Amino acid sequence: MSRVVIRGGMLLDQTGERTGDVAIESGRIIAVGEKLGDGLHGDTALDATGCVVSPGFVDLHVHLREPGKEEAEPIETGSRAAALGGFTAVVAMPNTDPAHDTGSVIEFVRAQGRKAGLCEVLPSGCITVDRAGTQLAPFAELAAAGVHVFTDDGNGVQDPQLMRRALEYAGPLGIVLAQHCEVAALTKGAVMHEGACCSRLGLPGWPAIAEELMVMRDIELVRLTGVPMHFLHLSTARSVEMVRAAKAEGLNITAEAAPHHFTLSDEQLNGYDPVFKVNPPLRTRADIDAIKAGLADGTIDAIATDHAPHAPHTKEVPLDEAPPGMLGLETALALSISELDMPLFDIVAALSWKPAAIAGVADRHGRPIEVGEPANLTVFDPTQKWTVVPAQLASKSRNTPSAGRALTGKVRHTILNGVAVVVNSAATK
Amino acid sequence: MKHLLSIADLSADDIHRLLELTDHMVEISGRPIPKVPALRGKNVVSLFFEDSTRTRTSFDTAAKRLSADTMNFAVSSSSVSKGESLRDTIETIAAMGVDAFVVRHRSSGAPEMITRWTNASIINAGDGWHQHPTQALLDCYTIRTGLNRRDGFDGLRIAIVGDIRHSRVARSNVQAFAALGAHVTLVAPPTLLPPSLEGWPVEISHDLDALLPELDVIYLLRVQRERMEEALLPSLHEYSLLYGLTEARAARLAPHALVMHPGPMNRGVEMVADPGELPGSVILNQVTNGVAVRMAVLFWLLGSGADLSEAP
Repeated sequence: MSRVVIRGGMLLDQTGERTGDVAIESGRIIAVGEKLGDGLHGDTALDATGCVVSPGFVDLHVHLREPGKEEAEPIETGSRAAALGGFTAVVAMPNTDPAHDTGSVIEFVRAQGRKAGLCEVLPSGCITVDRAGTQLAPFAELAAAGVHVFTDDGNGVQDPQLMRRALEYAGPLGIVLAQHCEVAALTKGAVMHEGACCSRLGLPGWPAIAEELMVMRDIELVRLTGVPMHFLHLSTARSVEMVRAAKAEGLNITAEAAPHHFTLSDEQLNGYDPVFKVNPPLRTRADIDAIKAGLADGTIDAIATDHAPHAPHTKEVPLDEAPPGMLGLETALALSISELDMPLFDIVAALSWKPAAIAGVADRHGRPIEVGEPANLTVFDPTQKWTVVPAQLASKSRNTPSAGRALTGKVRHTILNGVAVVVNSAATK
Repeated sequence: MKHLLSIADLSADDIHRLLELTDHMVEISGRPIPKVPALRGKNVVSLFFEDSTRTRTSFDTAAKRLSADTMNFAVSSSSVSKGESLRDTIETIAAMGVDAFVVRHRSSGAPEMITRWTNASIINAGDGWHQHPTQALLDCYTIRTGLNRRDGFDGLRIAIVGDIRHSRVARSNVQAFAALGAHVTLVAPPTLLPPSLEGWPVEISHDLDALLPELDVIYLLRVQRERMEEALLPSLHEYSLLYGLTEARAARLAPHALVMHPGPMNRGVEMVADPGELPGSVILNQVTNGVAVRMAVLFWLLGSGADLSEAP
């Protein structure tokens, strides 16, 4: 196997920052130090001048549309987008067709990810069969197939009895249940945040309380059962406040937020562009500030993209007919650097080792940059300016909310299991 | 101006000029042969994704009086269920050569989206709960003539009563009435108001009876049966008791006050009295004025411009 040497970067991991080169062979880091070179003539030398070298990023929340909607995003293009975004592992959401509720679908998704070979695809499992909210999915069978994160994402589990039983049953399996917090009875027909904008635009509103009621319920269920739980894509100020209080109590809760929820407000819908329709919806500036504060103080553990590709024609319809969701993988780092007033260390923590722990892959992703560790690494230039051009994205879909936006921070190289899958901001396959 | 999507796109001056242009169109409509060649050769396509015979007929009549060619497309099912995007539908019809689309859609914002996919003018004939600008203009014209207010609505007190939350008429009329200087009060139970009224130039009341004597115009909105299923109202009967225009309530209106309704009326719900016996009712004038206002809008967008000297 060929050797790779990353030269001249600033190494940043959970142990801190230092300068140094990193040499990689056979999937592992074989040397870390100043001016590696003598006796280590890497077949591939990757220039990291001006760059940060960090453990690979882990995205807890990605929609790959295979199986079922390959016209929007096969696992291969989604994996390429992930690699270009600096992610070495992504958790694939279960709302495919068929859904992730049998071992065979899990194996298929994992195998397609391996075939693409651009990032590790970690299939999530359903909490309920076909995400229908009525019958528990076979947790143990799916866990045996390697699933760690279970969710009905796209749907919240509405029935409190079923959610309680899910947590109780999950307890001894060592898995984590991740909730899409939305009380469906409060969001019938909703297309955007309920507030001044939807009132003026004449659109049915998705009220903050629909998320907050389920956050509140599930915090109580975690208190009751003692089983850990992860909250997906928190979007409201009150949700952040409740999670902060629950964590202070010592409850075993983690949470994520998506870049669009800390960068864009509901005013984006003023032109009725379905690209900005997303679930949960873009909220107010006060909510954006609360999400940022939650990330800054660690209440929100992870930045997760909720990357949700949709074929162009499905977004060229009125807002109420358009599916919710927007792209995120290739812009997450840049939006975080550009918009978050946080030390780079904390941003990388929220993109790498903290989500790696939640995803149950802390044995191989988000590892310290040390000799003997698996070589899953991201090299990015935190100062590089670039403009988002939808047609240049690797995703098969084009529904980025950042089209034309000038951003700072770009991934230069991504190393997956010792192989450079992105070199100089281009995928190698 | 190329499109008419929302009253918010018009200045008070624009509204005044459109209403003056409407005077000309009323005059034309009164001629023995109510037809002028102003829009000869122009192709006006009615694209109704939601059925509305009266609005479509009104636009059709307006276009024909100005000698435009007209086509009708009724698209009953949603574009998605046909497997065709809205963009596909628009681009296909636009390829036949269209100068203006008159668009009615059950989804808010659809007319605005359509402007991105064609060079034709778009006239919003009602979109979801959002806007119905020609309704607002014909209502302004009806008040202007009914109360002899050619110079504006300063000091006029107008109450809009009913299901404001789901009403495109309310959203456009609030903007138009306020732009012309009227004092607008929205009267409804809280469940039938929008979730937020931030930035709306209105007052709110839940007590119609207290308001009646001081009104110059009472504008009733249709209240639909399905609102009960959404827990917005206990019953239409209870709505009617609190907000329906009964003969007793009508008797407490000032003698000059106008009674208006965009139609179709829900008799026995918001309109309990017989409108034919209410001296202030101008509901049929609204319909008549609708044709002239739509002629004015078509001429404004497709004719030689808004210059009155070039009016037909």
